[in-house]
Amino acid sequence: MGRDLLRFPTAGPVADGKSTLVGRLLYDTKSVLADQIEAVQRASVDKGLATPDLSLLVDGLRAEREQGITIDVAYRYFGTPTREFVLADTPGHVQYTRNTVTGASTAELAVLLVDARHGVVEQTRRHAAVLALLRVPRLVLAINKIDLVDYDQGVLEAIGKDFAGLARSLGFSTDSGDDAVVTIPVSALVGDNVVERSPRTPWYEGPTLLGHLESVPVTGPEVDAPFRLPVQYVIRPRTEELHDYRGYAGQVASGTVRPGDEVVVLPGGHRTTVASVETADGPLEAAAAGRSVTVLLADDIDLSRGDVIAAAGAPPRVTDAFDATLCWLSEKPLHPGARLLLKHGTRTTQVIVGELRDRLDTDTLALSVPKTLAINDIGRVALRTADPLPVDDYADIRATGGFLLIDPPTGNPLAAGLVGNPLGLVDLPSREPSTPGP
Amino acid sequence: MSVPVLDALDSLESEAIHVFREVAGEFDRPVILFSGGKDSTLLVHLAVKAFAPAPVPFPLLHIDTGHNYPEVIEFRDAIVARLGLRLEVAHVQDWIDDGRLTERADGTRNPLQTVPLLDSIVEKRFDAVFGGGRRDEERARAKERVMSLRDAFGRWDPRKQRPELWNLYNGRHAAGEHVRVFPISNWTELDVWRYIQREGIALPSIYYSHQREVFRRDGMWLAEGPWGGPRGNESLELRTVRYRTVGDGSCTGAVESTATTLDEVIAEVTASRLTERGATRADDRLSEAAMETRKREGNF
Repeated sequence: MGRDLLRFPTAGPVADGKSTLVGRLLYDTKSVLADQIEAVQRASVDKGLATPDLSLLVDGLRAEREQGITIDVAYRYFGTPTREFVLADTPGHVQYTRNTVTGASTAELAVLLVDARHGVVEQTRRHAAVLALLRVPRLVLAINKIDLVDYDQGVLEAIGKDFAGLARSLGFSTDSGDDAVVTIPVSALVGDNVVERSPRTPWYEGPTLLGHLESVPVTGPEVDAPFRLPVQYVIRPRTEELHDYRGYAGQVASGTVRPGDEVVVLPGGHRTTVASVETADGPLEAAAAGRSVTVLLADDIDLSRGDVIAAAGAPPRVTDAFDATLCWLSEKPLHPGARLLLKHGTRTTQVIVGELRDRLDTDTLALSVPKTLAINDIGRVALRTADPLPVDDYADIRATGGFLLIDPPTGNPLAAGLVGNPLGLVDLPSREPSTPGP
Repeated sequence: MSVPVLDALDSLESEAIHVFREVAGEFDRPVILFSGGKDSTLLVHLAVKAFAPAPVPFPLLHIDTGHNYPEVIEFRDAIVARLGLRLEVAHVQDWIDDGRLTERADGTRNPLQTVPLLDSIVEKRFDAVFGGGRRDEERARAKERVMSLRDAFGRWDPRKQRPELWNLYNGRHAAGEHVRVFPISNWTELDVWRYIQREGIALPSIYYSHQREVFRRDGMWLAEGPWGGPRGNESLELRTVRYRTVGDGSCTGAVESTATTLDEVIAEVTASRLTERGATRADDRLSEAAMETRKREGNF
């Protein structure tokens, strides 16, 4: 067992120093090499800056450097002796829902950034709502620019308390024991508490940002959920010695599969047992969520791409009509009655959007009944699909509860869809923090 | 019984295999770009693992600049023969000979690969083209998707990229468009080397330390070849070198190295103070946005 891998996004308002924080993480973990640093120094001098602008390590496109903004999600890589990190740097402005959803969909943790002078702002609420909706298990609030508030403990603790209240109202646990919400005071510019512990915040006893990122568990709730495997491809060598070989290739979406397990193939409903679980390196005793495998079944069943192999004792429900929450990502608004394509697991089918039930105001967390959904909107809709789909509630299993809506003529994705009501949206307006802050 | 968490290499391998299988399931005519270099050799290794015990259901395509290292071409042909794969080669020289391309003044042919690539995609009706690009290579590549839609001109528009959510890749495209696919997007140079070591993947000999006659240009050690050089006051000298990347001979430099084994290469990469492109690719030093410009024009 070598080093493991943590994927996480960073989100925050424009100009709160997110690119600088990312640059600082890369720089202080020595993930930036001399030619990149020299390029940044040259560019900083060209821009007339006195100190190297670490954000230039991150903003890669010509337009970004010219305009000093981040246009699109960028992926960064760094590592320590114990762990590798894939950081999705998600810009905070116009298409913030689209970017945050993209960065958060594969994450086990998200880092939210606020400016110590401004605290929790509208964008923080929106980002936190999207992260909660996508069931990212852990949040880190990095309070940046603490040098600009003179490392004032009172200011920083007030922001932490404010954020804890927001996180609780979105369904996160704020018990200090389970580390689901952690607040860290940092200065990306100076480097306080990012990688190195700061002598200027002696009252702060928690971990540095990197220390926390290195210690949180990398496995999500998927590992303990019932087994699901969307079939991607049927492997049939058709050679003489493997004449009857029929392997169902896919990535385990949740749970664990072992030879001998009772499974059901959906939507067809045939039950059988797992004969073996294989990779190119040979058979496995067990394979858990995240692993790409080839499953062989005991019985000859008609099974093809798009089908789902699931634990027989806890199968997903098979339905062609369900409610879902949509994060609308497109400039093209959604109207009731729209005929679109839906990709769930490895199956793409036609879908008709029925009633638009409600829309979430991410600032106030209040609900209203919308006529359309526009870009960045989050709302609940009724869907009817042409083929029955084996779905789980997104709140139970992210991998089989998530889907894409696609625009048929262009093929462009329109929305991230979540089966069910993962935020408990109906209850939200009345939901208040039930316990006092820390 | 608990099942061990996947380590970083297992996780990256599973992700790449998932991408290969999605493309096999959703596209009609995929192809793997294969030069015999380490990243494309890794791609082929992953493709073999994705479909074993059946054969890889795609052919390979090499855009051959003609500025090659003989060891690499030999290696390329040996892999193709061993795995029973089909290799298509588009020779840049053919495009120069019939006037569709003109040789550049500096003799570099890397930028000339774009037209033969796009022509081959149209002619063979490829709808998905696998490349070995990694996001850690360069700042513009850090913004690239795993599945990246290209219009009929092969252009990349970073402002119009599709969001990629969960592992639901969306490869839908109109006739005439195609998709570039990067299964090892999330690998770093070090991941690539560690995986090559773990899997015992053979590479061309030029990735390991050897003696070679080279000359100094723009701070890099270039080998003698049909691309011109040494010229003027450049002179050949025998050095102990290896290659960190393998591309067009005119703009790919060797680094001085005594690393003859994978362990030594990994130690060297770990300690390196330069990125592989910064150290050895003249084409990426041309301007701040050299890679972005090439990508926008339809190159990888």
